[in-house]
Amino acid sequence: MPPVDYVVLAVILFVIGGVGVLVRRNAIVIFMCIELMLNACNLAFVAFASMHGNLDGQVIAFFVMVVAAAEVVVGLAILMAVYRARRSASVDDANLLKY
Amino acid sequence: MTHVLASGTNTDVIARETIFWILAVASVGAALAMILVRRAVHCAIMLAVVMLCLATFYAMQGAPFLAFVQIIVYTGAVLMLFLFVLMLIGISSSDSIVETIKGQRLAAGLVAIGLLVLLALGIGHAAIGPASPQTAANGTDNLSGIATLIFTTYVFPFEVTGALLITAAVGAMVLAHRERPTPRPTQRELAARRLASGHLAPDPSPGVYALHDAADRPALLPDGSTSDRSVSTVLSQRGVTDAPQFVPPEETVEITAEGERASLPSGAEGRAD
Repeated sequence: MPPVDYVVLAVILFVIGGVGVLVRRNAIVIFMCIELMLNACNLAFVAFASMHGNLDGQVIAFFVMVVAAAEVVVGLAILMAVYRARRSASVDDANLLKY
Repeated sequence: MTHVLASGTNTDVIARETIFWILAVASVGAALAMILVRRAVHCAIMLAVVMLCLATFYAMQGAPFLAFVQIIVYTGAVLMLFLFVLMLIGISSSDSIVETIKGQRLAAGLVAIGLLVLLALGIGHAAIGPASPQTAANGTDNLSGIATLIFTTYVFPFEVTGALLITAAVGAMVLAHRERPTPRPTQRELAARRLASGHLAPDPSPGVYALHDAADRPALLPDGSTSDRSVSTVLSQRGVTDAPQFVPPEETVEITAEGERASLPSGAEGRAD
């Protein structure tokens, strides 16, 4: 398969993840959609690496994975702290700073 | 696909294309299902499907190391973390259907179309060429090539990544840590509390005459009444407790069928009315 097919697939997955971030209410699901967007970027990185015939894109994708893992750990810890304080994981309920 | 046909055998190409299209449809479908299903657990399962499909794509594109890292780190660790937090927050947590902001879904759809057009234009303008063969400068295989790159060109980002991971681990521990609002009661305080409560002995065990789960049946006292203290307060608050129903075993009924039924315990008889 040519790399452009993978890039098109990555674009589709990225847009789906973006829609999920915009539409969903549950903070965990929003997090999962962000993971989907990061994965789509990784797919594009790997496709570009195979297009150029070197491994830099794969190394960048590897770093993206590591940063995503760190982000998930901290994000889920924040989410649990919010849940303990407000007994809800919905982003609509975290409105203390509104108005 | 002429470039691929030139480089590989025909069946190889057909197999690759078949796998690509099957998994592409599966991953897009799973991603769509992920943003459409209401339960968060189902979202996690769908995300696992997408990630496994992506791992196969990595393997097909000559990145076996990334494929394994994808499976081990993402589906193995990150998704399990998601599921752990889901269990903590509530497995049945689901989104509400109602729109809290008016016209939000329409706006999200417009933004999605705009993003899609923008990215499609960008990709259409970019010259994405065919896959070029891996050069010999990358090492003998994928793994040693990536290792060489990480420990030579990208060694500083690699070290920074280590610092980031340590910071994230410490930060998660700090955020998830919870101080007790009151100090933990000592054994002496617990003993004094028990003496003051007036019930020195442990609570009676639940009913032994129960037919099925004895934990929700209160114990039968000698005078025929039931003891509320024998059932967990959680169960009695939920209202699942039931009065004990004494049903004589089959053999007892057969033996006493022709005789008088006075052999039943008087307590159970008194409870029946």
